[in-house]
Amino acid sequence: MIDLLAQVQTRQRTGESCVAEDGFCPDYIVANFSDRYLGPFLEHIVLTLVPVAIGFAVAFGLALLAHRRGWLVGPFDGMTGFFYTIPSIALFILLLPFTGRGLVTGIFALVLYTLYIFFRNFLTGLQNVPPETKDAARGVGLTDRQLLWRVELPLAVPEILAGLRIATTTTVGLAALAVFAGAGGLGTVILRDTSFKSDVVTASALCIGLAVVLDLLILALQRAITPWRRAAEAR
Amino acid sequence: MTVLAVITEFVDALRLIVESREAQTGDVQVGGLGEFAYFTGQHLLVSGVALGVAVAVALPVGLYLGHQNKGEFVAVSVSNIGRSVPSLALLGLFIAFAGIGFGNVALVLCLIAVPPILTNAYVGVRQVDPDTVDAAKGMGMTGLEVMRKVELPLAAPLITSGLRLATVAVVATATIGPLADTLTLGRPIINNNVYGEAGPLAGAIAVAVITLLADQAVRIAGRAVTPKGLRLRSDQERESGPNVPSLKRGAQTA
Repeated sequence: MIDLLAQVQTRQRTGESCVAEDGFCPDYIVANFSDRYLGPFLEHIVLTLVPVAIGFAVAFGLALLAHRRGWLVGPFDGMTGFFYTIPSIALFILLLPFTGRGLVTGIFALVLYTLYIFFRNFLTGLQNVPPETKDAARGVGLTDRQLLWRVELPLAVPEILAGLRIATTTTVGLAALAVFAGAGGLGTVILRDTSFKSDVVTASALCIGLAVVLDLLILALQRAITPWRRAAEAR
Repeated sequence: MTVLAVITEFVDALRLIVESREAQTGDVQVGGLGEFAYFTGQHLLVSGVALGVAVAVALPVGLYLGHQNKGEFVAVSVSNIGRSVPSLALLGLFIAFAGIGFGNVALVLCLIAVPPILTNAYVGVRQVDPDTVDAAKGMGMTGLEVMRKVELPLAAPLITSGLRLATVAVVATATIGPLADTLTLGRPIINNNVYGEAGPLAGAIAVAVITLLADQAVRIAGRAVTPKGLRLRSDQERESGPNVPSLKRGAQTA
């Protein structure tokens, strides 16, 4: 009994000293998960999914417009590419005077990053549709609108989903920097004490884990909605 | 009114870059051209070291794998993994386990630079017309000669775009160097308690400008070493440019 008590005390003490020494302490992480990590993690998920959804919709519009009116490709490409080149930390901060600190600024900046990825992939997908296929579709009497929704877009699905995968994993990483816009997320956990191993490891692991899980989900979606590709692979 | 407030903030930030002022914490002078020149120097130095090492390692490996038509899985998944590891997390892990300092920051930046260089070098060599390689072999070139005289020049545009991606990523990420005691242009951003409100904005402006300049410098240098016939029009260049298409091609070959 005394032995057991001694053990418990020893464990407790090592647990405390582990935290005091800024160590990597699994017990501490598990015990404090909901207090210290769950909130930022959920914020991080919002900071990923919302910008990806908005960016997808906006870029979809831009790509359809550019697909219809070819001369718009250059300007749209230059504009979205310019945002893509501005370092994310700088963009988060440069937006602060306009939109203030908070979630909105974080989401807005992240949307600007996804635009280029989505736009390029939408357009590549639409351009990769073989001309013969389009001719055949017109030959059977499809209007431009029908051609777009029934032939071109379904055939562009692989490129579109490839873009979705890239945009999602990229956004998970960039969202870690949204802390500079005061938008929260897992970056908060890393920045509040960079020397505390438990914090840094947990936040990094959650970040990478989120990226991997979302990537696998999109991959599964890709396989589910493009069965013809799997058929081609099997052959 | 609000427009005026925004302009005032930006003007204040620019003034912090050109003339020093007393720190928020008192007594010390911060900002000014001299200090920002020093930060810029450190920023470019740590980025340059990282990029130099990354090129020395990743370029030969990428070229070799492409030449041998081997390691496709490695070349493609390296860039996938690279993208899903956040730079801040990577630096955080280094600080927590390896400590702070110039060398550690350079190493982190190097790890960030390797994936795009490696993947683009690989894809660049792979997309060279096999007939061209056959012709070169038929003329009696050895493997090394084919690599140096045929594949490398023909892959130059894609290698350049990989380098540009790496440069942008590295110069951007060097901003968080001050977390590990490397005083780059991120210093007024990270230590905004010393620099005040204008600090982050001043740092962000400087980082954005320097990144765009570095990107253009690599683009121009890449263009200079690209064979004339392969120099693409600007619209095509963009198409083979940043990130997405090369990865798409990577995904297709996978």
